[in-house]
Amino acid sequence: MTLPVLLLVLAVLSVGAFYWGRSTAVRMAQTSALHSLPSYFGFYVLVWCGLPTILLLSLWLAGEDWVVRLLVVADLPESLRNLPTDQLNLLISDIRNMAYGNVPSTAATPETRAAVEHYVSLKAVGDWLVWGLSLLLFVAGAMFARSRMTPQFRARNRVETVLTVVLVASSTVAVFTTVGIVLSLLFEALRFFARYPVLDFLFGLTWSPQTAIRADQVGSSGSFGAVPLFAGTLLISAISMLVAIPVGLMSAIYMSEYAPRSVRSVVKPILEILAGIPTVVFGFFAALTVAPAIASLAAAVGLQASPQSALAAGAVMGIMIIPYMSSLSDDVISAVPNTLREGSYGLGATQAETIKRVVLPAALPGIMAAFIISFSRALGETMIVVMAAGLAANITANPLDTATTVTVHISALLVGDQEFDSAKTLSAFALGLTLFLVTLAMNVVAQRIVKKYREQYD
Amino acid sequence: MTEMAIGGPLEGEKRAASGIHTSEAAKLRLKSRYSAERRFKLYGIAAIVFALAALATLLFTILGNGVTAFQQTFVRIPISFEAEAIDTSGKRDIDELRRGDYAALIRSSLSKQFPDVTDRLGQRQLFGMFSAGAPDQLRDMVLAEPGVIGQTRDVWLYASSDVDMLNKGFIDRKTPEQSRRLSDRQISWVDTLASSKAIEKRFNARFFTGGDSREPELVGVWGAVVGSFFTLMVCLSLSLPLGIMAAIYLEEFAPKNRFTEIIEVNINNLAAVPSIVYGLLGLAVFIGFFGFPRSAPMVGGLVLALMSLPVMIIASRASIRAVPPSIREAALGLGASKVQTVLHHVLPLAMPGILTGTIIAMAHALGETAPLLMIGMVAFLVDIPSGPLQAATVLPVQVFMWADSAERGFVEKTSAGIMVLLVFLLAMNALAIFLRKKFERRW
Repeated sequence: MTLPVLLLVLAVLSVGAFYWGRSTAVRMAQTSALHSLPSYFGFYVLVWCGLPTILLLSLWLAGEDWVVRLLVVADLPESLRNLPTDQLNLLISDIRNMAYGNVPSTAATPETRAAVEHYVSLKAVGDWLVWGLSLLLFVAGAMFARSRMTPQFRARNRVETVLTVVLVASSTVAVFTTVGIVLSLLFEALRFFARYPVLDFLFGLTWSPQTAIRADQVGSSGSFGAVPLFAGTLLISAISMLVAIPVGLMSAIYMSEYAPRSVRSVVKPILEILAGIPTVVFGFFAALTVAPAIASLAAAVGLQASPQSALAAGAVMGIMIIPYMSSLSDDVISAVPNTLREGSYGLGATQAETIKRVVLPAALPGIMAAFIISFSRALGETMIVVMAAGLAANITANPLDTATTVTVHISALLVGDQEFDSAKTLSAFALGLTLFLVTLAMNVVAQRIVKKYREQYD
Repeated sequence: MTEMAIGGPLEGEKRAASGIHTSEAAKLRLKSRYSAERRFKLYGIAAIVFALAALATLLFTILGNGVTAFQQTFVRIPISFEAEAIDTSGKRDIDELRRGDYAALIRSSLSKQFPDVTDRLGQRQLFGMFSAGAPDQLRDMVLAEPGVIGQTRDVWLYASSDVDMLNKGFIDRKTPEQSRRLSDRQISWVDTLASSKAIEKRFNARFFTGGDSREPELVGVWGAVVGSFFTLMVCLSLSLPLGIMAAIYLEEFAPKNRFTEIIEVNINNLAAVPSIVYGLLGLAVFIGFFGFPRSAPMVGGLVLALMSLPVMIIASRASIRAVPPSIREAALGLGASKVQTVLHHVLPLAMPGILTGTIIAMAHALGETAPLLMIGMVAFLVDIPSGPLQAATVLPVQVFMWADSAERGFVEKTSAGIMVLLVFLLAMNALAIFLRKKFERRW
C-alpha cells in the first residue's frame, strides 16, 4: 500500500511547485513587468505538474489489477489457464489472497505458489513503475511550464481556462450519475427480462422469487409477477397520503395564514426536526409502538389486524411525509400575492372563505405538485416498510392486512448473500427500474404542472 | 357553507332597504359563517397539534425505551483465580492465559456460593445468569494483571441480558414460568443476590466504546460511529468540492443553452430519485463494475456523495444567487476578471450559506440507511474499522440490525442507538442554525 505515501509526496511536491513557479515569476518581475500576478504563474506550474500526474494515477488505479491479472493468467500452466471462467476467477482471488497473506479458500499447489510469487513480483514492479512514472511526469510538467514562462506570458488566462473546464466537468457529474443509474438498472433489468418476459413481470399476479436450486425441486419455479408488490405499494402510499395531505396542508394553511409570528417561529423549527429524523427511526417506531397499538385497537373493536399491518406502516410514513407536504404547500401559499386576499376581504369574505375560495384555487397547481412529489417520496420510501410491513405479497385493499412494497422486496432480494446472475437477484433491478421510472415520471409531471399553470402575478 | 346569496343589484338594494344586514336571517347567516371560520382555524390547529403529538410520542417512545440502556446490570461474585484452570503450566505464558478456562472460575465460585444447587439444569441456569462476555472480562483482568492468579477477588461481572431486563423491570414476575425467559429459581437467586447488594446497575461504558455483539448486554455503538465518520468523510470530500464547483458554473458561467438546461433538469430530477435506487447504482457500478470491496465506507461514501450532490448544488446555487449583483459589478469595474470576481468576492460571501447547506445535507446522509443496505454495509462486525476500505457499518444501519433482533434486550439498545444518532443529527443541525444566524447578511 504505497499509494497513500505517493499521494502525500505528490501533495508536498505540488505545494513546492506552486512556490517555485511564483518565486520564478517574482524574479522575472524585477527586470520587466509581468502580464499576470506571480501567483498565477505558480498555479500554472501546479496545473502542469498536477493534472498529468493525477491522470496517470487514475489510469493506473483503473488498469493495474486488470493488467496484473492478465500477466498472471498468461503465465499459468496450460491446465489452469483453460479452466472455466468462474473457477479461474476463484483461482485468481485465491492467488491474490495468498499474496496478501490471507487464508485462501483452497490449499496451495506448486503451480499456484509460483503464480503467487509471480503476482507479488509483478506488484512490486508495478509499484516502482508508478512511483517512477508519476515523479518523472511531475518533473517533466514543471520543466515544460518553466519553458513557457516569460514576463509576457498570459498565465492568468491559461489558469482560468483550466479552471473553467474543471467547473464544467464537475457540473456534468450529475448527468453522469443519471446515465449511470439508467444504464446500470437497464442493463441488469434487460438481463432479467431475457429470462422472464416483461409482460409477465408487469401484469403477473404471483410473486414468489424462489428459483429452483436443483432441477427436480418441487414448487419453486420462480414467479415474478409484480402486481402484488405494486398493489401493496399503492395501498401503503395511499394510506400515508391520507395522513399527510390533510395534516400537511392544514398545518401549512394555519402556519402561513393564521399563526402569529411567535407561534410560527416555534412550530416551524419543530416541524423541521420531524423532517430531519432518519427513516430508520420511523421504522422502529412503527414496528415497536404503532403496529401493536393498531393491532390491539382493532382487537378492541372486534377486528383482526395483522401485526405487520399496512395501516401501521402507512400511517407512520404519512407522519414522515407531513413536513414535506407542509413546507412545499407553505411555499406556494405564501407565494399567492396579498392583493388577492385583500380583494376578497374587501368584498366581505371571512378569512376562511378567502382561503378556501381565493388562496387555495390560486395555489392549486403548486399544491398538486407538492402532492405528487410527496406521493413519489412515499413510493420510494424503504426503511419504514422494511421494518414495519411484511414480506407476504398478497393483493389486498384491507389496511389491517399485511401488504408489501416494491422497495421491501428490492432490499429483501439484495441484502445478505446473493447469487449474482440468478433471476432472483436480477429481478430486484427490474423492480428498481420500475420504481425509478415511475418516480421520475411523477417528478417531471409535477414540474410541468408548476411551469404550465403558474400564475404570473407581477 | 356560507353562500352569500345576493341577487341582482336592484334586488340587493331592496333587501338592504328592508335591513339585509340586520334581519334575523342575516344574523344567523353571519353566525354560521363565523363558526365556519372558527372551525377552519381549529382544523389548522388540530393538524399542527397532531404533527407535534406524533413527534412527541416518537421521541418519548425512544427516550423511554432507551434511557435504561446507558446502565447495565452487574453481578458481584468472589472469584478465586485458581491456576489450575487458567495457568496449568504456571509459566504465566500469554498464549496459555489467553486460552484459559475462565468460565470454570465462575462455575466454581457459583457452586461455592450456592452449594444447594446440585442438579445440572440448576447449575446451567445459575451460570446462565452471567453474560457470555463474563469469562472474557476475567481473561482481560488476568492479562492486564497476571499477579491476580492465585488470589481471590470480588469481581463485578456482566449479568446476562435476561437478568438485566428483570433488574430493570422489563420482565413481569407474574407471567407464568414457561412464558418467561427466566425461571422461578433464577429469579429467587437474583433476589438473594440483590438482598446482599451483589447486583447493581452501573454506567454502561461499553455501549459507547465497544463494537457490535450478538449479546444485547455487550453491544456498543463505537464501531458504527467510526464507520459513519469514515463514510461521511468520503462523502463530504467528494460532494463538497463537486457541489460548489457545479453550482459556481451553473450560476455564474453557464450560458443559457440546451446543454446547461439539460444539466439543470437533471439535477432537479436527481434530487427526487428514491435513495434505494442509489443503492442499486452503487451495487451495480461500484461493486459490480469497478470491483470495490463490499461493506466498505469508501463505497458507502461514494453512493451518499452522489445522492447528496444534487441537494448540495441546489443549496449552493441559492446561496450564490443571494449575493447581490452590485458586488460582482464593483469587482468587475475595478478590473477583476470574471474568475477573480467569483473566487475572490462572490464565493467568500456565499460560503456561510453553502456550509449551512452542506451540514444539512451531511446530516441527511448520516441518517440514510436504504442505499447502504444494498452495498452490504449490514455485515455483523465486532471490530472497530480502522480505514475507509475496511468493512464497516454505520449508525442507522446498526440501529436497523438491532431493531431486527428478536431479544427483548435489543429494544433498549436500539432506542439508545437511535438516541446517539439523534444527538449527532441535532448537533449538526444546531451548528447549521448557529452558522446561519452568525453569518446571515441582509443586503
